[in-house]
Amino acid sequence: MTPGAPLVEMRGIVKAFGAVEALRGADLTLGVAEVLGLVGDNAAGKSTLMKILTGVHRPDAGEIVFEGRAVAFHSPRDSRALGIEMIYQNLALAPNLDVVGNVFLGRERTKRVLPRVMEWLDERRMDAETRKILDRLKIRMDSVRAPVARLSGGQQQAVAIARAVSFNARVVVMDEPTASLAVKEVGKVLALVSELRAKQVSVILISHRLQDVFTVADRVMVLRGGRGALDTRIGDTTMDEVVKYIVGADTGGLSHLASGR
Amino acid sequence: MTWSRVGLPAVIVLMALTFSVLNPNFYSALNLRNVARQSAILSLTACGQTMVVLSGGFDLSVGMVIGLISVAASLVMVETGLWTGMLAGVLMGVGIGASNGVMVAKMHLPPFIATLAMLSAARGVALILSGGLPITDLPRDFRWLGAGQVLTLPLPAVIAAIVFVGCHLLMKKTRFGRYVYAIGGNEEAATYAGVPVARYKISVWALHGLLVGVAAVVLTSRAVSGHATLGEGAELESIAATVIGGTALGRGRGSIANTLLGVVAMGILTNGLNLVNVSTYYQMVAMGVIIAGAVYVDQWRHRGD
Repeated sequence: MTPGAPLVEMRGIVKAFGAVEALRGADLTLGVAEVLGLVGDNAAGKSTLMKILTGVHRPDAGEIVFEGRAVAFHSPRDSRALGIEMIYQNLALAPNLDVVGNVFLGRERTKRVLPRVMEWLDERRMDAETRKILDRLKIRMDSVRAPVARLSGGQQQAVAIARAVSFNARVVVMDEPTASLAVKEVGKVLALVSELRAKQVSVILISHRLQDVFTVADRVMVLRGGRGALDTRIGDTTMDEVVKYIVGADTGGLSHLASGR
Repeated sequence: MTWSRVGLPAVIVLMALTFSVLNPNFYSALNLRNVARQSAILSLTACGQTMVVLSGGFDLSVGMVIGLISVAASLVMVETGLWTGMLAGVLMGVGIGASNGVMVAKMHLPPFIATLAMLSAARGVALILSGGLPITDLPRDFRWLGAGQVLTLPLPAVIAAIVFVGCHLLMKKTRFGRYVYAIGGNEEAATYAGVPVARYKISVWALHGLLVGVAAVVLTSRAVSGHATLGEGAELESIAATVIGGTALGRGRGSIANTLLGVVAMGILTNGLNLVNVSTYYQMVAMGVIIAGAVYVDQWRHRGD
């Protein structure tokens, strides 16, 4: 898999919250159809960097370049307009709505009943479009009419991913997609990440599970103290090395972290 | 879902059979028409309450707000006439509902506190306006609203049926309904998906307020006078019909159709107990037990969701 020209470049991103410097000149590069593993300990700045990429926060300094053009995001709507979608760990789905309701939440298809007065949801069309998206991602689901609360954790992730893709996403940011999944479901979600890449969608995978990153990512980037500590192709590094960069210094003896959950 | 599809209908049939054995009058056309007439008010408040509950709230102020609107609409009616009085009542309902909605959606007060505060304020204003006395001398034509018939059906029941159908379609067929469910299920997800959560919350409370306003006006017509205490217990009855129907508090799960069954069950139960001479005091006790039981059973069935 050879990633093409950079789709997204973030350069010298600085962001402080009061006296706390969350990011101190972080860089990030993401190619077309590339899967980037983003790792680092809890205060490393991963989520702040992603919130800047998705327009939730605005950087104090630094620039974002998308397809070679400098862009400024004032709200998540701006980044979404360029095809950047974030899948949050918990706030992605409404458990009481069915698969179709979730995939189309916030941009339901409607049909006119009385012009200008009343519009009804076009369930048949949303149903068909949902199935099409699921098929395209090779996601198998018994019913698109089941409330997502009744689906397994892996299937819920699949629904969230299908939702992102249905916006014609070009970049999907996943926040710990496998953290709460049963072992056999992890593989399915990772397969879905590969499927996205095959569909020319770029993925940023935030994960504490290094084995996931090493299974599916093309590159891995370590953030530490608000700055990039390592940025390398997966083939050029090892889990032990990545762990060393995550914790800083040659602490040694911590390599067991690489394989633990 | 088996409760609303199988369990509750079975309970309703069972109750109907039991009461018709205990008192043959139960099945008379006159009595059934009475059940319909009595259930009409509950239908209105329960529809509103259900939509609010589906959005993640609940309203404790229904009863006292009915009292306030009854008094205020009666005063306006005596002063300015039939139609302005009725209109004032309904608009007041919308205003009070929207106020509850603003407290919940914008000021982020828990619905329990917001509507408890509204309950107290509404009660106070109703007593100030009426001096604690009923307001009589209402226009004679006004009686038709509560006592009239359309094709032999009680007018309040016809209104309730229209409201049920309207609310059902609104919740199942429109974007509004979809967003109410989404907000009740996961408010953050709705926000992130671009749903204007506060606006929809205030709207659903205002719509509920409108139905409470209609209920208050119809009830005032039936009582032929305005009373500050007219809606006593209406909040609990509407919550009871909602939860008995299977709509869960705070989970965005349930439906208007469920609540129709809840209203029917409550109507048959109240009527049947009256027919077999169980006093209202015992009925109140039964209501408390039923509400607690219904919520307990619902939680037990959905543990771990």
